[in-house]
Amino acid sequence: MILDTASQLRALLEAAQSVAVVGASANELRPSYTVFSYLRTKGRYDVTPINPTIAEIDGVKVFPSLTAYAAERGAPDIVDVFRKPSEVVEVVTEAIAVGAKAIWLQYGVINDDAIRLAIEAGLSVVVDRCLKVESARLDGGLSTSGLNSGSITSRRRKL
Amino acid sequence: MPDRQFGFSTRAIHAGTPPDPQTGSRAAPIYQTAAYVFGSTAQAAELFQLRGYGHIYSRISNPTVAAFEERIANLEGGLGAVAFASGLAAQLCLVLSLAQSGDHIVSSENVYGGTVTQFGVTLKRLGIDVTFVPVDDHDAIRAAIGPRTKMLFAETIGNPSGTIADLERLAQIAHDAGVPLAIDNTFASPYLCRPIEHGADLVVHSATKFLSGHGTLVGGVLVESGTFPWGNGRFPMLSEASPGYHGKIFTETFGEYAFLMRARAEVLRDVGAVLSPMDAWLLLLGLETLPVRMQAHARNAREVARFLNARSEVEWVRYPGFEDNPQRALVEKYLPHGAGSIFTFGIRGGREAGRRFIDALDLWSHVANVGDTKSLVIHPASTTHAQLTDEEMLKAGVAPESIRLSVGLEDVEDLIWDLERALR
Repeated sequence: MILDTASQLRALLEAAQSVAVVGASANELRPSYTVFSYLRTKGRYDVTPINPTIAEIDGVKVFPSLTAYAAERGAPDIVDVFRKPSEVVEVVTEAIAVGAKAIWLQYGVINDDAIRLAIEAGLSVVVDRCLKVESARLDGGLSTSGLNSGSITSRRRKL
Repeated sequence: MPDRQFGFSTRAIHAGTPPDPQTGSRAAPIYQTAAYVFGSTAQAAELFQLRGYGHIYSRISNPTVAAFEERIANLEGGLGAVAFASGLAAQLCLVLSLAQSGDHIVSSENVYGGTVTQFGVTLKRLGIDVTFVPVDDHDAIRAAIGPRTKMLFAETIGNPSGTIADLERLAQIAHDAGVPLAIDNTFASPYLCRPIEHGADLVVHSATKFLSGHGTLVGGVLVESGTFPWGNGRFPMLSEASPGYHGKIFTETFGEYAFLMRARAEVLRDVGAVLSPMDAWLLLLGLETLPVRMQAHARNAREVARFLNARSEVEWVRYPGFEDNPQRALVEKYLPHGAGSIFTFGIRGGREAGRRFIDALDLWSHVANVGDTKSLVIHPASTTHAQLTDEEMLKAGVAPESIRLSVGLEDVEDLIWDLERALR
């Protein structure tokens, strides 16, 4: 199913332990590097870059494919996708095959066939959102920058 | 996105201020600090590279100020906000976020006198050209936008003329030309009008006025919608490698957050006109009562305008909320909950009668401010608009006999009692 409400995204991000960033770049100016580096520094998840063209990013081993990653580490909870929309069916097919629980399609990474495949296989799907932004919406990060988190609550957040 | 779309009053009280996670404090804490200790050198690097969220130094961000920014962004329906030391600082940084020497902006001429001088004198000295046009002359606005134009600017309710901007038409004209529409929403406040809902891309406020509500501070804020296509080729400051941030391309790295990130990380950082934590806290307190205050302001203003309109000593009353106002359709469309509480009237006897009237008032305060709980009065021709030429003054809607009122929250019978005494 597609996850789109605040509570659905919260449940996904709170339950997840591992994130595979497909298409992670070593170029510090690229959004994929920004998200990888942010999640890694946050320390909350086991974050692994997936990219057949590079061996490591900031000392973290890069796997050439989701299949290679899963053979060593098991199925990732979230597959975060930074790829051209035309290449996403391939990524989703591989993610289903290795038993990933959720597909996260970053801004502009939209492919209806891939979304349908993932939903039919029972995966959770997030479309056209940024994993960094949604993570920061929940942990108060957006709010530190004067950004509208949309959050209204009188519950005390756990530190 | 949200599981529940909360109402305006709920958001005015809660947005940006969940309980403090450290202490449980229900009221927003005042973080009176200049700097913030880094967790590690790695975390410091993430912050300086704009990859992590957190505070470095209060010239760039501060938790109490951020709470105010989030609340006003929420109330205006924006993606985020950046607060400044004053409304004019917010407005200057708005221009500096979009334009540089050799560029051009188009502004309504029905605006605050301080805006006319900021745009027409100070920006011109910096090489940013401005064309002033009547806010209701849409053909002239369209014709004024050229290849180097970076923004169309207007006030929701013109100060002091009361001219209402046709926001949707202005947004259409601006967007057809690939230019953002920036609206000064000070006189309406987001309770009476939310320009982003009508197509505006940027909203500025003098937060000193209704947002604070009590005349206790000077502040400003800039809100952005997050929907303008900054990568359309007209804004290289956002879509090309920035020398101010070691080659970062803001539109590429930050997507919809590009404008807000740059406005904070480059413009506010380099200009330094920050809002103080104490003033942000007063603004948070003020905003909690914005809905009830604005309702009462609008109600009192209607009563005062009706009273003045019936007096023989009064030549004219330019109150946007009157049934026979030529801009009635725009008021109904954009200000359905009231036409604000600031308007002008002309006293018989011109400039001299105006002076005598103001000197005779006892309860109304003679000050150069608006949007206070206290009722305020001023004679624009000799004060707020005194730097303007006669021609500019007439264009801005200021006649020599104009008196500007900002109707406060006192008992309206007392306000009328004082006006009646001073008119006689």
